[in-house]
Amino acid sequence: MSKLISEKTKEVFLGPLSKNNPITVQVLGICSALAVTSKLEPALVMGISVTIIVAFSNVIISLIRNTIPNRIRIIVQLVVVAALVTVVSEILKAYAYDVSVQLSVYIGLIITNCILMGRLEAFAMSNKPWESFVDGLGNGFGYAWILVAVAFVRELLGSGSLLGFKVIPQSVYDAGYMNNGLMMMPPMALIIVACIIWIHRARNKDLQEK
Amino acid sequence: MENIASIFVKSIFVDNMIFAFFLGMCSYLAVSKNVKTSLGLGVAVIFVLVITLPINYLLEVHILKEGALAWIHPAFKSLDLSYLAFILFIAVIAAMTQLVEMAVEKFSPSLYASLGIFLPLIAVNCAIMGGSLFMQQRAFNNVGEATSYAMGSGVGWMLAIVGLAAIREKMEYSDVPAPLRGLGITFITVALMGLAFMCFSGLKI
Repeated sequence: MSKLISEKTKEVFLGPLSKNNPITVQVLGICSALAVTSKLEPALVMGISVTIIVAFSNVIISLIRNTIPNRIRIIVQLVVVAALVTVVSEILKAYAYDVSVQLSVYIGLIITNCILMGRLEAFAMSNKPWESFVDGLGNGFGYAWILVAVAFVRELLGSGSLLGFKVIPQSVYDAGYMNNGLMMMPPMALIIVACIIWIHRARNKDLQEK
Repeated sequence: MENIASIFVKSIFVDNMIFAFFLGMCSYLAVSKNVKTSLGLGVAVIFVLVITLPINYLLEVHILKEGALAWIHPAFKSLDLSYLAFILFIAVIAAMTQLVEMAVEKFSPSLYASLGIFLPLIAVNCAIMGGSLFMQQRAFNNVGEATSYAMGSGVGWMLAIVGLAAIREKMEYSDVPAPLRGLGITFITVALMGLAFMCFSGLKI
């Protein structure tokens, strides 16, 4: 077991959670991160789906990495990812139909989510399956926690609820508080991600540009 | 004809790929450092969208939709292949970008030199795949409408990236707080552009 959780593997897993976060540092997978975060529930489902797909496509590509001809590797990677996404999408349609309707095209767009291609190209093509799996998990979680953080703020301020439950008491509304409708608009997602980046880089000075 | 024109205008302004759906965000943020390259990428996106989206539309209507295979044999009427849509669409997109890249390289080396590096990137640009998936949802009546939607989305995407690149070029000279430099301020700029674009959202055509 000691080999399974070696220093390097730990680094591979923990890096993407903060120092090498896919969204705020590597700038991968922004599209879906912004579009599905107006409510907490779809954001959670999206985060979990992406984590699963990144982890398993990393393993598959890593297993067959020596047999893929270099010129057509992108198509091979896309087909593996598309197959996994189809499976996840069918499962969601069967067991969580409401959420899959809310996520609409963004589930299909996991295929072109740059996190996947980025990790497959940068990591799975040159590493062993176990490390690739851990790398996929790490990046998936790194992606998911940003999604959940953004969705938390947007749902709380935008509709006064979390996961559909009202958390801001009626008395506050009676006192004149109003839900901020702007939070539900797409541009606010960008501003919240910008704030997360701001805080993150203020704390990690070495990530600042120029 | 009227319908085609209204789809075109609507997909540029109201349903803008970037500001309404955040599609193609990754390359949008990464390649918008100067106007010239972003114009090149914009043109490449329009190009690939206009080629792939009608192909995917025809595939969807004649092969994937429920009962679409009835033209081969009436017995296939109950067949619903729409779960194959993701794989088929992405295969078309990846194959077409590869083909376009080879064709451009052969026939117009100067265009290849300016577009070349972006073409492989486009296969994984969410705007292209997103276009095909939205086409599936919207159920256009004919190829003309699908093509005009592709054209409009592409032009909208190009407008957005050229605009952002122009702003970022000017922003070089401003004093941005250190943690926001680069990525952070770009996000805020895009958000402000998105707010401006929201004024089109009530547009009736």
